[in-house]
Amino acid sequence: MIIAIIIGMALVTMIPRIIPAFIVDKLQFRDWVNRWLAAIPYAALGALIFPGILSVIPEQPLIGLLGGAAAVLLAYLGLNVILVVIGAILTVFLLTM
Amino acid sequence: MDTDTADHQNTSQSIHMFRRGIAVGFPIMLGYLPIALAYGVLAKQAGMSVTELTLMSVMVFAGASQFMGANMIALGAGAVEIVVATFVLNFRHFVMSLSFVNYLRRFGLKWKIPLSMGLTDETFAVSALHTTEAKKEKGSYFYLALILTAYIAWIAGSFLGGVLGDVIPEQLSQSMGIALYAMFIGLLIPSVKKQWRVGLVAIIAMLINLLCSQFMSEGWAIVCGTVLGGLSGVFLLKGEEQ
Repeated sequence: MIIAIIIGMALVTMIPRIIPAFIVDKLQFRDWVNRWLAAIPYAALGALIFPGILSVIPEQPLIGLLGGAAAVLLAYLGLNVILVVIGAILTVFLLTM
Repeated sequence: MDTDTADHQNTSQSIHMFRRGIAVGFPIMLGYLPIALAYGVLAKQAGMSVTELTLMSVMVFAGASQFMGANMIALGAGAVEIVVATFVLNFRHFVMSLSFVNYLRRFGLKWKIPLSMGLTDETFAVSALHTTEAKKEKGSYFYLALILTAYIAWIAGSFLGGVLGDVIPEQLSQSMGIALYAMFIGLLIPSVKKQWRVGLVAIIAMLINLLCSQFMSEGWAIVCGTVLGGLSGVFLLKGEEQ
């Protein structure tokens, strides 16, 4: 039963991922569509960060926000992504002590 | 003789690109390991065997939906329910994949298929901010290595979580929940510094996501935020950097 669930989940996850690989060669996008697709990564990052970050500690949304603020600060200072991640983990760790 | 040197250069260029992919994918590995461990622990508690929960990571490779799947299995939800919920949650990858393969047009299908299969929020975000490699010789190896680094970390972490059980103190594993968000922020900020309107696009997407999440599922809200937020980029990012 669980195997059937896994196969079903795999299919519905894989198919949307893979369809663009087949159709992109058949399509010539207008300039604005290319600009739209080029903006997708930034929009996706935004949508993935917020409001999800509020649920890092479900009962205390502020802690997620503060961890995010620490990440913004460290990234703004030009630190490597790895250090940004470690800094944010430390911030949340200290805030939940 | 000439072809020999050409072959040799080709190979070393492939290796160079592969190594770069691993280096750029490393932060994803760092973000995935704790979350995969947590998934492994949770899935085990949900009643899945180590083989099943690892197989799910191998076949599905989508963090949020695997947490949800394990949760729903624990709650005794039906297969159809779980599969439909997974589809809704993961449909955002369709939009991301379209944006991603649009950069990879010159790669053959034999590259585009496996690379698009390995697309997650994180591999997409990192790849999409490294588009110059797509134009370089043997650039496909860069994306392959990046995705494999993330994929292996995800599978290994899930397996370990399932085997070891609750090894990480709860406070630490809870704190590590911020890791992927911090990575997204760490990826976004340098682009915002280069071009502040990028930040505007991201904030618009956040607000649309927040608004939509009031009356639809999390998955569709992210799809709306990404699609509509991206649309604002058509006007905001006009003419700059293609």
